[in-house]
Amino acid sequence: MKTNLTNGDIRIGFYICHCGHNIGGVVDCTAVAHEITGLPGVVVSRDYKYMCSDPGQELIRNDIREHALNRIVVASCSPLLHEHTFRNAVEAGGLNRYFFQMVNIREHDSWVHTDHAKATTKAVALARAAVLRVRFHRALETTRVAIHPDVLVVGGGISGIHAALTLANAGKKVYLVERDPSIGGHMAKFDKTFPTLDCAACILTPKMSAVRANKNIKLWTYSEVAKVDGYVGNYTVTVRRKPRYVNEELCIGCQECIEACVFKEGKYPDEFNVGLSKRKPIYIPFPQAVPQVVVIDPERCLQLKSGRCKKTCVEACADRQAIDFTQKEEMAEIKVGNIIVATGFKLFDAKRIPQYGYGLYPNVVTSIELERLVTSSGPTGGEIIMRDGRTPQSVAFVLCVGSRDFRTNRWCSRTCCMHSMKLAQLVREHTGADVTVFYLDIRAPGKGCEEFYDKSLKDGIQFVRGRVAEVTDWALTPEEEGKLVIRAEDTLAGVVRRIPVDMIVLAVGMEPQADSQAVRRLFNMSCGSEGWFLEKHPKLAPVSTFTDGVFIAGCCQGPKDIPDSIAQAGAAAAEAMALIDRGYIEQEPNTAYVVEEDCSGCKSCLPLCPYTAITLDGTTQKATINAALCKGCGTCVAACPSGSIRQHLFEDDEIFSEIEGVLTHA
Amino acid sequence: MKYAYFPGCSLKGLGRAYEESLLPVMEKLGVELVELNDWNCCGATAYMSVDETKACILAARNLAIAEKTGSRDLVTPCSACYLVLNKTKHYLKDSPEIRGSVQRALEGAGLRYSGEMPVRHPLDILVHDVGLDVIREKVVRPLTGLKVAPYYGCQVVRPYATFDDAWNPTTMDRLLATLGAEVVPYPLKTKCCGGSLTGTLPDTGLRLTYILLKEAVRRGADVIATICPLCQFNLDAYHDQLTRQWGPVPIPTVYFTQLMGLAFGLPESQLGLRRNFVRMKPLPALPARA
Repeated sequence: MKTNLTNGDIRIGFYICHCGHNIGGVVDCTAVAHEITGLPGVVVSRDYKYMCSDPGQELIRNDIREHALNRIVVASCSPLLHEHTFRNAVEAGGLNRYFFQMVNIREHDSWVHTDHAKATTKAVALARAAVLRVRFHRALETTRVAIHPDVLVVGGGISGIHAALTLANAGKKVYLVERDPSIGGHMAKFDKTFPTLDCAACILTPKMSAVRANKNIKLWTYSEVAKVDGYVGNYTVTVRRKPRYVNEELCIGCQECIEACVFKEGKYPDEFNVGLSKRKPIYIPFPQAVPQVVVIDPERCLQLKSGRCKKTCVEACADRQAIDFTQKEEMAEIKVGNIIVATGFKLFDAKRIPQYGYGLYPNVVTSIELERLVTSSGPTGGEIIMRDGRTPQSVAFVLCVGSRDFRTNRWCSRTCCMHSMKLAQLVREHTGADVTVFYLDIRAPGKGCEEFYDKSLKDGIQFVRGRVAEVTDWALTPEEEGKLVIRAEDTLAGVVRRIPVDMIVLAVGMEPQADSQAVRRLFNMSCGSEGWFLEKHPKLAPVSTFTDGVFIAGCCQGPKDIPDSIAQAGAAAAEAMALIDRGYIEQEPNTAYVVEEDCSGCKSCLPLCPYTAITLDGTTQKATINAALCKGCGTCVAACPSGSIRQHLFEDDEIFSEIEGVLTHA
Repeated sequence: MKYAYFPGCSLKGLGRAYEESLLPVMEKLGVELVELNDWNCCGATAYMSVDETKACILAARNLAIAEKTGSRDLVTPCSACYLVLNKTKHYLKDSPEIRGSVQRALEGAGLRYSGEMPVRHPLDILVHDVGLDVIREKVVRPLTGLKVAPYYGCQVVRPYATFDDAWNPTTMDRLLATLGAEVVPYPLKTKCCGGSLTGTLPDTGLRLTYILLKEAVRRGADVIATICPLCQFNLDAYHDQLTRQWGPVPIPTVYFTQLMGLAFGLPESQLGLRRNFVRMKPLPALPARA
């Protein structure tokens, strides 16, 4: 191992951060600083309470000037958090920003060890490795890559709609891709919104129309993202456009074809009304759908299934000729610089808790079913009725169905308390029924939400604290005959209660979408253990992901209400705009490169690169690496049989001296 | 197929009709049940609540004898026996203290028990080992038109739901449907029958019994099928008191094996059906063949 220094006189400054008690409470920082003092080239070795703070950074800048330092090592938290901060400080001090090495003694040491002495020994070893390594660091330059100004928004619920409109209003071009035939998402199904009880449609549909009208938005409904290539600023996205068998350009949404369909009545469960009504094979999802274009269900349409139908729909469409049974699935390729994923959630399947009798007793319904019943545009015209047509005299709500339960989902779905209270008030308003709410804790932290809870109490809604044990239809007393009976422990009164009611509403929680893992892989995102998409930092980067240029908004990140979803959507749009308006991204120089004279052109590296950054030069027959595509994963570096591929910041001398530093015992 | 068989006291006494129907039905299906030699009381639920260790010793003696036969599984039809024997297995596995006491006691009697032998219910054997297809082949007199409420009771699914779902068991539902019967939806299928409370706290116990019967009648059942001798007794024996207190709930409760026997064409007189207080009506006439 060569140790002669090629970079002249090496003068290293070492800094260890206490991070308050985070590191200082476990690692003896002063001792580490003292230990490092004796290493070759170390001129300054200090410990400080918060290195990331302004005075901490100033310390580095000052020392560079005063002591003519030319290498800096900081032992603190994860580089993910503050490598950027310290590199900036190094640069501000007048050094190349890559004459710097960071040591993670928080996540890798103080947070995961309890033995103070051993943790301190480990910190010394890690610091020593960095100090030995940094001597070999070369001056490197970041490169700039232009950012494509267009944005892809995936998911046309309220989050996706808001993100798309925010970007479009700022003059950015947006592709909004939605899986269903219309945008609107879950919010389109709601009657009113808590805690203000304003009409959901009145605030959502203008935004939906605005999407349709905005020239900067290209709306692709009934479409899914199939493939994503590239990197921040330069994504190439393939979108699968499913055939709706109706030409979107020609259809004007008159719906005469639906009227004319050979099916005189709706026959198949209507998705929008969660199965509470029936639709025909040709349909429009709901009256305010955007786009106002009908769609044909290929599983149900006689013509598409058998080719033998009178095609009365085509007749009705007449000269317009919008119906096209020959439509095929199409793949469209687009280029964007940023992607906002707003793919939402799915509702918990109440059948997974059999003791609540959903699917067994017809008058046990889910909260979204009741929502459709309350809505004036719903299947009953806004009348809350039971399956037999009667108006319920008594209604019970069961909260936390599939939430806060180790048997199903551990998380709180955050909206069900307020959603149920809203529905409870509407039930009282519409029917005058007695309403009882079974809850574990009422969670009403949003603005105006506690006040809404208060109003619910004053309006005579009964609240019983306790998880419902079961729902039955067998009677113990004459009053219970013919009713559904809820059995629950009333944990405030300390008794087991049986409460007979006409109708039971299960407040089902939120779950990650069924295909969230596939979507995660598509956009190269991470998921938490529950399956929600993982933000880059829970506090500081709530809409960013670990993939640059991919942002998340709304319930795909975790359960949240409409105001929070909108706030995230706006934030994601702003993050994307920050990148677009800067116009370029700085690319880290930690890329692989080929030493041409050593390359034999064996092509071993070509298939290994996950980013297709390596090609074989036709004339020289040597491998070349596109630095813009290279992510610095190092696979080719390790695989190259002749050792001709090397990597900036991971040169052999850097790595070997680092290993030496860890293995040397003081 | 050959199994070690632990009848328990009920099947030799109050629940005699269970054994009278179980044995010929199993024979018809080619299942051999070999009764244990010199078996003793299973310990039952009452003993368990007085002294768990002694109850386990009592049960473990039966398990040790069963293991000595070399059979793969031990079959026991009574739900109380089924529960106590399974519970003992679990206790011996989980508690070193109880295991030690039991081993010492068994050694004193020249016995040992490894803890491996599965304790199974005939319903489990019939549906999972024999199979519904084989059972269907033996049906000569389908129970067409007979509306049956399947009643499992608590002990075969709680706390050890080994062969069926704890909330909504369906093995007997499927078995009865295989016999041609119409299975009535009966969400009370695992509710308490009153247990021994019918004797000790009749007001509480009989009310539970009454609800089961009343709800079966309300749902249009002709007969309740049960798999437990105590359930059968409770649902069958107290009709005079129930009628006095709440009005008549005239529905018979029979063992599922009795219905199997009928469907297999075994003579009614040999299935113990006349031991019932509330007699089952003759089977509805089969629809004329087309």
